[in-house]
Amino acid sequence: MSEIAPEALAEKAAEDAPVSSPDPAREIGAPRRRSEDARLITGRTRWTDNLQPPGTLHVAFLRSPHAHARIVSVDVEQARARPGVVAVFSGADLAEEQGGLPCAWTVTEDMKTPLHPPMAVDEVRHVGEPVACVVARDRYAAVDALEEIDIDYEPLPAVVDMEQAVRDGTPLVHADLGTNESYRWVFENGDVDAALRDAPVVLERRYVQQRLIPTAMEPRAVLCEPDGEDFTLTSATQIPHILRLMLATVTQIPEHRIRVVAPDVGGGFGSKLQVYGEEVLCLLLARRLGRPVKWTESRSEGNQATHHGRDQIQRLTLAADRDGRIRGLKVDLLADMGAYLMLVTPGVPLLGAFMFNGIYKMDAYSFTCTGVFTTKTPTDAYRGAGRPEATFGIERLMDELAAELDLDPIEVRRRNWIRHEEFPYDTIAGLTYDSGNYEAATDRALALFEYDKLRAEQADRRERRDGVQLGIGVSTFTEMCGLAPSRVLGSLSYGAGGWEHASVRVLPSGKVEVVTGSSAHGQGHETAWAQIAADRLGVPFEDVKVLHGDTAVSPKGMDTYGSRSLAVGGIALYGACDKVVDKARKVAAHLLEAAEDDLEFDAGRFSVRGVREAGATLQEVALAAFAAHDLPDGVEPSLDSDATYDPDNFSFPHGTHLCAAEVDTETGMVKLRSYVAVDDVGSVVNPLIVEGQVHGGLAQGIAQALYEEAVYDAEGNLTTTTMADYLVPSAADLPEFVTDRTETPATSNPLGVKGVGEAGTIASTPAVVNAIVDALRHLGVDDVPMPCTPERVWRALREAFDENPEPSTGTAPGAGGGLGSAGGAQ
Amino acid sequence: MIPASFEYVRALSVEEAVTALSAAGEDAKVLAGGQSLMPLLRLRLAYPDPLVDVGRIEELREIRDTGDALVIGALATHHQVLRDPLVRAHAPLIAQATATVADPAVRHRGTFGGSLAHADPAGDLPAVAVALDAVFLLRSVRGEREIPAADFFVDWMTSALEPDELLTGIRVPKLGPGWGVHYEKFHRTAQAWAIVGVACAVRRERGAIEDARVALTNMGPTPVRAHAVERFIEGRSVSGDAFRAASEHAAEGTSPPADLHGSSEYRAHLARVLTARALTAAAAV
Repeated sequence: MSEIAPEALAEKAAEDAPVSSPDPAREIGAPRRRSEDARLITGRTRWTDNLQPPGTLHVAFLRSPHAHARIVSVDVEQARARPGVVAVFSGADLAEEQGGLPCAWTVTEDMKTPLHPPMAVDEVRHVGEPVACVVARDRYAAVDALEEIDIDYEPLPAVVDMEQAVRDGTPLVHADLGTNESYRWVFENGDVDAALRDAPVVLERRYVQQRLIPTAMEPRAVLCEPDGEDFTLTSATQIPHILRLMLATVTQIPEHRIRVVAPDVGGGFGSKLQVYGEEVLCLLLARRLGRPVKWTESRSEGNQATHHGRDQIQRLTLAADRDGRIRGLKVDLLADMGAYLMLVTPGVPLLGAFMFNGIYKMDAYSFTCTGVFTTKTPTDAYRGAGRPEATFGIERLMDELAAELDLDPIEVRRRNWIRHEEFPYDTIAGLTYDSGNYEAATDRALALFEYDKLRAEQADRRERRDGVQLGIGVSTFTEMCGLAPSRVLGSLSYGAGGWEHASVRVLPSGKVEVVTGSSAHGQGHETAWAQIAADRLGVPFEDVKVLHGDTAVSPKGMDTYGSRSLAVGGIALYGACDKVVDKARKVAAHLLEAAEDDLEFDAGRFSVRGVREAGATLQEVALAAFAAHDLPDGVEPSLDSDATYDPDNFSFPHGTHLCAAEVDTETGMVKLRSYVAVDDVGSVVNPLIVEGQVHGGLAQGIAQALYEEAVYDAEGNLTTTTMADYLVPSAADLPEFVTDRTETPATSNPLGVKGVGEAGTIASTPAVVNAIVDALRHLGVDDVPMPCTPERVWRALREAFDENPEPSTGTAPGAGGGLGSAGGAQ
Repeated sequence: MIPASFEYVRALSVEEAVTALSAAGEDAKVLAGGQSLMPLLRLRLAYPDPLVDVGRIEELREIRDTGDALVIGALATHHQVLRDPLVRAHAPLIAQATATVADPAVRHRGTFGGSLAHADPAGDLPAVAVALDAVFLLRSVRGEREIPAADFFVDWMTSALEPDELLTGIRVPKLGPGWGVHYEKFHRTAQAWAIVGVACAVRRERGAIEDARVALTNMGPTPVRAHAVERFIEGRSVSGDAFRAASEHAAEGTSPPADLHGSSEYRAHLARVLTARALTAAAAV
């Protein structure tokens, strides 16, 4: 039974009631249901795989079964002879024109970047790497013909373990680079060695961020249609604009000859923030064959070939005083790049450099990250990208510190966090947190969670030596999102800026088209952007159409990732709306024969100050501008406006998440009993969308804690290629979430908004693991590696019991069947 | 993934089905609800030739009362089975275990006979059939044959069905008064297979266990009857201590697999813990 306060339920029920704001001036903040959902969830829409232009050819890729091997020979003759087959190519056949896939983030001057051909030519370096492709009249013929391709491989040693990979004498992933280290990146502020030397309390921990598979609901899919010298490439991508530029760079097809369309896209979580070999190859094949070419990945293909996320080994040292005040933190990471550097692979772990300090004050900090090549699928952005890893590290350490000092984990945090009156605050990692109120979010969360009551129950269960122990996990997180100020990206040697673009077109009938460079792949932009435009222009929500995801329609943009859409793209839209109103004001003043300064604009209507009767609606002004019969001199006949917004700072959402976990000490099974998330994402455009983002984020973060792991065997074979082996939880496996918000507006943008897309994922993983460890700490357990499977929990208990059969505090669990029988197991 | 091409035969009667199977060779496969077979085809782990689709043979959907037993048609869907009043009344262990199979979408398509004929030791229903001493009813052009559950499961995903035989139904002896049942399934997510499962039926009389049947899911290449547990507990008074002592024998004679979800050692441990729980739950009639 979940322990949810009745008031919380009542509030939640009230929030759940459908709302359609009748007052356009109040659109921002209205919990509208998403207008795009009906078509998305019924599938009556343009998913890439739904598109089938006449004459479409289908591509299938043959992929390496080896983690590492030299390609001795490729024989495609038999495959060419199969019925329905139009063409077969090996990597060598396309070696000249396919070039290499881009990495846009050279994090150090001496970073080693291997050539990454879309199809392997001489050597394969991970299972699932494409080595040949078949183009056929239908998908069946293409896949059948793959079985007729004969490839002779000479196996080379797999490089699976990162710690082994960086040792001298280890086989190399890329022999020509002479090392498995891509780069070493260092950040230091203050004398961390002195802090570690002098502090009375020093904790050292090693945590592993397991490798994850992003698992978007829609697999990747690409369709490329040639039209003379022009190409339209439709892809299930998060980044149509970046993809267009990169395709031009890789293929040398001029940028203006390529149109990229991201139609409705079914989730990405970073996995579609990428320039994939299959995208490049579909473009090249369409050019060669002069016909539309399509490829859709299967789930098991995607598990091997869509980039993975996380995968770090963290060595953390925390120095503190006896009262719990943090003196310094030293972070030493090994980050698995996989076999190649993809679009932002090397930069992902470095986003964590700015986040390992969390919400806490400290005197000294150092961060070192070594990027390591292995013969595994490349890693890259995955929901949170670097920040979940860092947040996990610091939030686990805070619980460890509390245990070491026998303090309540909330109290340890209070003693270290930035107090609300201290904002803006320059952190030890070099960022300026503009705003926040950790006290308010924490107080709210504690109340909703019924913290004291659960602590009492925990004590009781310990006392009773209950077979099911209760643990409480805390995560008081912040994150940096709204990527990103261009000058900051420049200082980090990122290959592009972080601005975003928006256009507003006011049609003659007064309807409004909003064009955004930040296209949605599930986030609900069509609703939220319409709310912003309706609010700012005072037009009905239904009168706004949001256009996105097509470089011909939305020519400028930096796309969707890093919780940037609202905090960057939304502000561009806000700016464009203001420009529309400014333009309209000139026309309205002329129509009303008044001075511009005498006009006020409210709820979509200009009126002369003090004379409400005399006025003109935006629609009337739009029509007058369209007719252009009577415009003032020098005023163009259009209200249309563009704005490009480059943020001054990141946005820093924060929150307090509390998790109660019941751990069955006999089986090791973990059951989440309750979960409270109080997030502060600043001002909110649509609370319903925010709550949805939090729910999905929690599911994904909890999944890392309990369920998901991409597993490779010693030979470098991915063993989790299907969803039977790679466990993604469903609603049935998750507790009822209690969500609430505090609202501390961001001071860095006029809407006061912060990003919310990644917050839940970032916060929840340490909350869950902290809860599990808290349930078992009195039994001698101080860590369980992720995912915390029942067997791993059971083994942690057993090892603790073997070390100390009678812990001084607490008790061995389950005298009848638990550790008793565990200890006696064979 | 895309299956390789295959020959397809749709049978509209049992006669048509067994005739088609008789004409086919060793590689023929019977398609019922497709919830296990289709993934194997799509992953190209199975290359049937031909695929004999029996999904429209209405007569095999029936669940009948034959006096001291029920006969469940092989094509009864899981959804149908778990809601059927006869099953709930006379074979509640089947209803209980069926409710844990996968998710509602799978349960509406997957069939009782299909998941038994698939003979996956990680499936929930094979252990239940073994625990209940069910009898498998087979048909071929050569005639009819009956095989007890204990002999039906031969090896990992291998049953006693000959290539030309069709499973038409399963006869399940009714449990009379005094019986309590429980299926204890241990899995990581709602839709995941059991790491270990325990199917248990016990008959209590005057405070003692008179009769016990315990079978284990995913503790070897076939479902395993935990005879040592049964022998230990039969005749003993109902008590937690007795159940725990009996459950210590749960892993005897098993050869549990090791995979991503659990080592053999862990499975052996789970079998003991879960057997104690299953006995306790079943005995609390």
